[in-house]
Amino acid sequence: MAMPGAEIVARIKAGIPDAQVTLTDLAGDDNHWAAHVVSAEFVGKTRVAQHKLVYAAIGADMGGALHALQLTTAVPT
Amino acid sequence: MSDTNARIAEIVSRNDVVLFMKGTPLFPQCGFSSRAVAILDHLGVAYEGVDVLQDMEVRQGIKAYSDWPTIPQLYVKGEFVGGSDIMMEMYEAGELQQLMAESGVSPAS
Repeated sequence: MAMPGAEIVARIKAGIPDAQVTLTDLAGDDNHWAAHVVSAEFVGKTRVAQHKLVYAAIGADMGGALHALQLTTAVPT
Repeated sequence: MSDTNARIAEIVSRNDVVLFMKGTPLFPQCGFSSRAVAILDHLGVAYEGVDVLQDMEVRQGIKAYSDWPTIPQLYVKGEFVGGSDIMMEMYEAGELQQLMAESGVSPAS
C-alpha cells in the first residue's frame, strides 16, 4: 500500500496553507518520497517541531501507508 | 502501555545515546535506520541500538513516547533528538557533533 504523491502534497497544504512543497520520487516507484517543505509557520520552531507539523498534516498514515518519506523543512528566505 | 513507557524511560536513562531502529547496527533492516547508524558510526560515539522489530510493544510504544510517528529515533541523555532526516541535517550543520560533545557522551570502543 502506498500514498500517491499528489495526495501527500494535498495533505501537507491542507494542514499548512502557506507551505511550498517540493516532492521528489526517489525510486521511481511512487512509494519512496523526499519532500522539502517551506513555510512561515516554521519560524522560531525547532526542527522536531517543524517536522511534527508536517507529520500532523499527513495524519495517521505517516509511518503506515506512507512509509518512506525523507523530509526536510525550511523557513522562507 | 504505561509498562512500555516505563521500559523505554529506563532504556533511555541507562544509555547516553540510544537509537531505536529496525534491525541492528550491524544489519539495519531499513534505509532510514541504515542512514542513522552510518551517522552515529561516523561520529564515533558509543550507542545502544534497540531493534524494534524484535519487540512489538516498544515498536508501537516509542511512537507515543516521543509523539513521533516514524523509526529510527535518536535519544541523547534521555532527550528525543529526532529521526534520520533531522540527524542528517544536524550532522551537516555540525550540530550533532556539538550536541554529543556538550553532552559528554563516550566515544565508541
